[in-house]
Amino acid sequence: MTTFDQAQLKNFGVVEAEEMTIHMGPQHPSTHGVLRLKIRTDGEIVSHIEPHIGYLHRCFEKHCENLTYEQVIPYTDRCDYLASMNNNHIYALAVEKLMGIEIPERVEYIRVIMAELQRIASHLMAVGAHGLDAGGITPITYTFRDRERILDLFEYTCGARLLYNYIWIGGVSHDLPPNFVQYAREFLDYFEPKITEYNRLLTYNKIFIERTADIGVLTPEVAINYGGSGPVLRGSGIQWDLRRNDAYSIYDRFDFEIPIGRGEMGTVGDSWDRYFVRVREMEESVKIIRQALEQLPKEGDVHAAVPKKIRPPEGSIYFRGENPRGELGYYIISDGSPKPYRLKMRSPAFVNLSLISEIATGWMIADMIAILGSLDIVLGEIDR
Amino acid sequence: MTSFTDSLMGLLPFLSELPGGVVSLIFIVVVIFLGLVVFLFMAANALVAVYMERKVSAFMQDRLGPMEVGFWGFRGGKRFWGGIAQTLADALKLVVKEDIIPEKADKPLFIIGPFILFIAAFCAFIGIPIGYGMAISDFNIGIFYVIAISSVGVIGIIVAGWASNNKWSLYGAMRAAAQIISYEVPVGLSLLLVVMVVGSLSFYDIVAWQEHHRWFLAHSPFALLGFLIFFTAGVAEANRTPFDLPEAESELVAGHMTEYSGFRWAIFFLSEYANMAVVSLMTVIVFLGGWLSPVGSLLRLFGVAEGWYFLEGPIWGVFWISAKAIFLIFMMMWFRWTWPRLRVDQLMNTAWKFLLPVALLNIFFIGIWELIFA
Repeated sequence: MTTFDQAQLKNFGVVEAEEMTIHMGPQHPSTHGVLRLKIRTDGEIVSHIEPHIGYLHRCFEKHCENLTYEQVIPYTDRCDYLASMNNNHIYALAVEKLMGIEIPERVEYIRVIMAELQRIASHLMAVGAHGLDAGGITPITYTFRDRERILDLFEYTCGARLLYNYIWIGGVSHDLPPNFVQYAREFLDYFEPKITEYNRLLTYNKIFIERTADIGVLTPEVAINYGGSGPVLRGSGIQWDLRRNDAYSIYDRFDFEIPIGRGEMGTVGDSWDRYFVRVREMEESVKIIRQALEQLPKEGDVHAAVPKKIRPPEGSIYFRGENPRGELGYYIISDGSPKPYRLKMRSPAFVNLSLISEIATGWMIADMIAILGSLDIVLGEIDR
Repeated sequence: MTSFTDSLMGLLPFLSELPGGVVSLIFIVVVIFLGLVVFLFMAANALVAVYMERKVSAFMQDRLGPMEVGFWGFRGGKRFWGGIAQTLADALKLVVKEDIIPEKADKPLFIIGPFILFIAAFCAFIGIPIGYGMAISDFNIGIFYVIAISSVGVIGIIVAGWASNNKWSLYGAMRAAAQIISYEVPVGLSLLLVVMVVGSLSFYDIVAWQEHHRWFLAHSPFALLGFLIFFTAGVAEANRTPFDLPEAESELVAGHMTEYSGFRWAIFFLSEYANMAVVSLMTVIVFLGGWLSPVGSLLRLFGVAEGWYFLEGPIWGVFWISAKAIFLIFMMMWFRWTWPRLRVDQLMNTAWKFLLPVALLNIFFIGIWELIFA
């Protein structure tokens, strides 16, 4: 795209053009919550992007210092409200590691099943919302139709549909309800063919490819330098998944692939790659859940022998796990009291959002929206 | 007697005995009456089309759509007509809504913006016939008139976008201007095909030609291509997905309509659906045989003797043209609820780098075709 030298044009006395500053959000249909982007535009082309965050800030980390370790769990739900199970899971694992608690086999499986179901639900949301950002209104209703069934499973298990407070330190709040395994299998059988439906409707749609392929290319170097993680990093062709690389919980027992961006429709690391990594991750999650349902011990307690009052020994821990959006980490310092001395959350969406000014500058407004959609941010987690 | 105006004036046989001034007065009354009819038609069109859009979108998205607002026997339950009065209720709500004009807006322009758009859509209806002798006014340059008057609407969008004093509105307006002006060209060029073959700009002549030969769509491969170009560009002219950039929701909030609410917004809405109807009716008349019966046209091709089974006549004609137009409107809705949106430069590329050259070549080839086969 040609940019004209403004001074030159003024000399000709023809055009007097200047850049326009726009505040996009916090009330805007596609800022995925309450993000405010301060953008400078030269016509349709975005020349500068500055994300302003904090509209949803609620002092999560400071708040945690006044809560006991169990009481923190409901607040982790509210951080990434599209992936509450994963947040619970990783937090619980962090505290358990700090305390050195052994967890029953059955609990591990239940947690993995829940976490992977949640990953599918979260990716469904991301895929649908990305379609919405590109202007296609229908895909999100299809993905929501299927997400609904996952939420039904969660509701059946623990009574909640969005903020579960299900995975507790040393166990889970309820055992699996009767016939859960059967219902989960039915869902997987129903869901797998639906992925083809999304692909037909959106993934391989010519207009969608035009809108996302070769747009917002994130090179592996930039992705690593910014600390990007999750599908955003994998979309750039880097095979980095903490489920495999750290093999936390029992993820080393399952056979699954780590999808990476291959630049099928354009360059490696473009918006389409990031999108498609999510679609393929859903397939992989289905695989993991199937194996977990197969191996799930039939009997067993769902609570480990945890002391009534949780007092981790003095010390600190950083534990990280793979959230649908990337590397979610909790850094906890314990002073031996029932409340954490300090709790820091490393949120993946926060880091991924910082990439926006790097990869969306120089593209058009419409592209910027599509790139933002491909980063799949959740403001609850960014602002904490 | 080739228009409603003529027919109504013809009903008064004593007209010639009256002084000229009185005749003009009666003429004005007749014209105002017909104008009201057009307005009512537009309102009814918007009501029905919005309901249709909501139901079509709902069924395509695994939903039910409006199911609650009905009246008397047509109410609630899981029946199709559950929400039949929804758009009526919405219209009522819009009309009684508080009228908000932003403080920093350019007041007079803000007020007239939607009405310029509305007037353009309204005037376009005057030239479009829905059967032989069933236009409000008969133009022998009908096509030219409708094309010209419907592109006036873009001024309304620009005025509205500018006067709102909102950056999103301004973007929407600029996009609309670029888009509508660009797509005027392929529209005009693909209409030229018909004009070349038929040799007239009048809608009546075009349909008469199709009655004697065949639907223009089936005239030649180039005519079919012309139809596709015309309909594509028509969708763009009506600002529908995948060309709905002026009001691109995920980017520009609501484009030029961002600051509008209540009655003025309703006028925008009315005009949008009126434009859809204009594009569909134009396409139907020019390419799909207008008010000709598909049954009759097909049977005539096979040399069957005329009879009742041709389903022809004035009333059948109105039925056929509406059915075809509604089908095309359904197509537009289908596009909207299936496809993502193009980007600005892609939109322009489609118009200038693809549709325009193809349309130009098309004219050349259809000329050769005519030379060889006609």
